[in-house]
This record gives sequence, C-alpha cells and structure tokens, in this order.
Amino acid sequence: MSLVGPSGCGKSTFLRCIAGLERISAGVLRVDGRTVSEPPDKLGMVFQRDVLLDWRTVLDNVLLPIEFRDLPRSTHEPRARELLEMIGLAGFEKRYPWELSGGMRQRVAICRALVDDPSLLLMDEPFAALDAFTRDELNLELQNLWLRSPKTVVFVTHNISEAVFLGDRVVVMARRPGRVEAVLDVELPRPRPLAMRDSPEFVAHAARIRALFETLGEFRKSAR
Amino acid sequence: MKSNSRNALFVIAVLLGCALLWEALTRLFKVPVFMLPPPSAVLVAMKENPSIFVYHATYTLESTLLGFALAVVLGVVLAVAIVQSRLVERTLYTVLVSLNSVPKVAVAPLFILWLGTGIEPKIAIAAMIAIFAIVIDMVHGLKSVEPEMLDLGRALKGSRLKVLVKIQFPHALPSLFSGMKVAISLALIGAIVGEFVAAKRGLGYLILLSQGQFDTTTMFGAIVILALLGIVLFFIIDALERLALPWHASRRQEGAVAVVP
Repeated sequence: MSLVGPSGCGKSTFLRCIAGLERISAGVLRVDGRTVSEPPDKLGMVFQRDVLLDWRTVLDNVLLPIEFRDLPRSTHEPRARELLEMIGLAGFEKRYPWELSGGMRQRVAICRALVDDPSLLLMDEPFAALDAFTRDELNLELQNLWLRSPKTVVFVTHNISEAVFLGDRVVVMARRPGRVEAVLDVELPRPRPLAMRDSPEFVAHAARIRALFETLGEFRKSAR
Repeated sequence: MKSNSRNALFVIAVLLGCALLWEALTRLFKVPVFMLPPPSAVLVAMKENPSIFVYHATYTLESTLLGFALAVVLGVVLAVAIVQSRLVERTLYTVLVSLNSVPKVAVAPLFILWLGTGIEPKIAIAAMIAIFAIVIDMVHGLKSVEPEMLDLGRALKGSRLKVLVKIQFPHALPSLFSGMKVAISLALIGAIVGEFVAAKRGLGYLILLSQGQFDTTTMFGAIVILALLGIVLFFIIDALERLALPWHASRRQEGAVAVVP
C-alpha cells in the first residue's frame, strides 16, 4: 500500500502512529487486530535517512534488530547475508557505512528492516533523498524483495509515480486538515517493469491522482 | 601525509628560531641568569641533573593521570545520568554549571585541608578541573543522536539500556575524545595547582623551590618539561582516538584519504 500526499498532510505522522512511536489523539488504531499502544512485535522500519550506525560494519548494521531482540546472531547471520546478496551488496559485509554511496546505505537500511522477517514493513519516504536513477533501481529491488516474501508494506511518498508503481493500493492524503481523500486500487500485474510507467493504465492511475490534487488546489501556485 | 610532515617541520623551525633569538638576546644584552637564562643554560642544567627532573616529573605525571582517569570515569557516569533523567539533568547540570563558574584554583587550599598534603589532593584537584570538559562534551555527544536513530531503537522495542549501550554511547565516543583532549591539559594544570598549594614533590613544587633559591634555570627546565608533558599527553589521546574510532577518524579526513594510493 502506498500513502501519497503533499508535505504536511500527516503521512509520516500516520506511519509513526502505526509504528507505535506516537499516540493517536482520538479513535482506534489496530494492527493485526490489536490496538496499538507500543511498537508492534514484528515490525520493520525504514526512514528517509538511513540512520546506519557508523561504527558498525554493514553486516553488523543489518543484524542490529537481532541483537535488540536478544536473538542468536549465528542463526540469523545467513539470512542477513542472503538479504544483502539479493539487494546487490554481496561482498560489502565488512565495509563501513562511510564507504558506501547513499543508495547503498539505504539498501543496507532496507536489509536491516527485513532481517527479522517482519510481518509489517513501514517505509517513510525512504528514497526521497536519492537521485532519480537510484530511486528507480531501488523501486525495482524493493518489488523483487516483496515478490519473494510478500508482506504488508506501508510506503509513504510524495511522488505520485512511485506510489502507483509500488502500491497495490494508493491512499491519497490531503492537508489542512490532514485527511484521507481517496483510496485507489492499482491492478497492474507484477513484476512491474519500469517501462510500465509509460503504459496507458499506469498513466491513467497517475493522472487520476494528479487530478485529485489539482481539484484540492495543490498545484495552484506552481503549475497553472 | 606530506603536508603533515612539512607542517611539523615548520613548527619545529619556528620554535628553534624563537630559541635562537632568545639565546642571542640574552647574550647581546647580558641579561642576568637569574632573570632570564639563555636556552643553552636551561639545556645544560637539564642534562647535568636529569634525575631531579625525572623525580619531580613522574610525581606530577602520576597525579595528572590519576586525576584524569577519575575525571573520565566520574564524568561519563554523570553525563549518562544527566541524559537519562530530566530531574537529574535539571538538578545536577545546574549544580555543575554553577560550580564550574567558581575559579577552581580558589578552592584548591580546601582540598589540602580535607585530604592532607599527599598525592590525594593533587589527584582530586586535577579531576575537579578536568571533569567539566568531560561531562559537557559527553552530554552533548549523548544528546546529539539523531531522533530517527532513537525511533529505530524504540521501534525495535529495545530497552533503555540497549539503546544506551548500542546506540547512544558509541555515538558519543567522538565527543568524549574531544572532551578528553581538553581534559588532559586541564588535569595537568590541576596537578600543578595542587603542588603550588602544598607539596614535597612534583614539578610545581620544583618551580616554587627554585624560585625561592633564585635558580631560574631550574624553573625554566621544569616549565620546558611541563610543556613537553602536555604535548605528549595530548598526542597520546589523539592516537588512542584514531585507534578506537577508525570510523570517525576516516570520516574526518575524507578529503585527505583520497590522496593516499
């Protein structure tokens, strides 16, 4: 599922509420049938900044959740190596974060979120700070990882095309006041190649979302 | 590397130049030795009676290092306590900052009163002067952890101890080292202050003793050794930092690293 909307509409706040990092002011929020009062058990999180620990190697960074949950390192190390290999970082296990590019660092952060095989993966604009090429690459890699082991992913972005490409369902949010404006289903087959973004169906989905924002007056200042 | 050694050569050249100028001026104007001895006389005095200098320098070094160690241990504990609890922060930090504004030299005689004339008051004074640099830098280091990093710890359901040990503490180590670099020089000052107030041994005592005897040459010898001690101690900490935090050192020198094949 993708969450798309302009800055200030509460996308990230909503994500933080799901993660149990922030309290909701009213209503009920359930994850897996349970009301959220603390971070859910099987949770993986990726932030806009990779927040890797500089003093740990790539492998040790990926294994951080294992250490935090007091699980045996030895049984999870093969899994960590496998994830790194899948995302194209084989051979970088012993490197330190400062030796990596921004895209590679965010890849490590994704592996870290997935190492304990979470049932819920929350991603808060994870690719917003990356250049367009790296972003495309990572969109594809994220899709591959998901196809191998499908799980619930909530992906926050302000990029309409990215939201449609990654999401089976796109939640369109608006601001002042922050609210859910529409929920669209994207029924495009997977794996989706990058070229699909030029297909009429894809363009139609993106156009609908853009039109929504336009009627909400989001483009008033710049585009018209 | 090249620019580093060139830099070192430059510094040595400047210092040598100053010494030569000093030598020339004292000879030219026939300055009496008890007012300002020429550097050559200081060197000769140090060479003639090295055991005196070693005897006093080891004592000063001992109180400096013990005071410094005490400051590091206590300072880190205090900093962790300050960061862990709002209440501790508000009380302790206030007390520490107000204590820090008292000229610490002024309370040195108190320590002699409390702890006697042995090495203990010197260690205590050295620690007291050095600890503020440690606490302040360590608190800053612990607090400058990115909020997302703490969110990550919370999302992983890590205990406060885990977050402290695995995220905050390592993150604060570079700050701790910069605090330690300041603190080591401060500890040396503290040791000398303690020796000035009451002592039977140490470079501070030697300075006072030779002042009483108008033995300015020995005074300068002690000062030269103090300067050397300060420099060597600083660079030892610097080297330890490089050893302990390779990830930090290499980040600092990102530009320079690329030059080395």
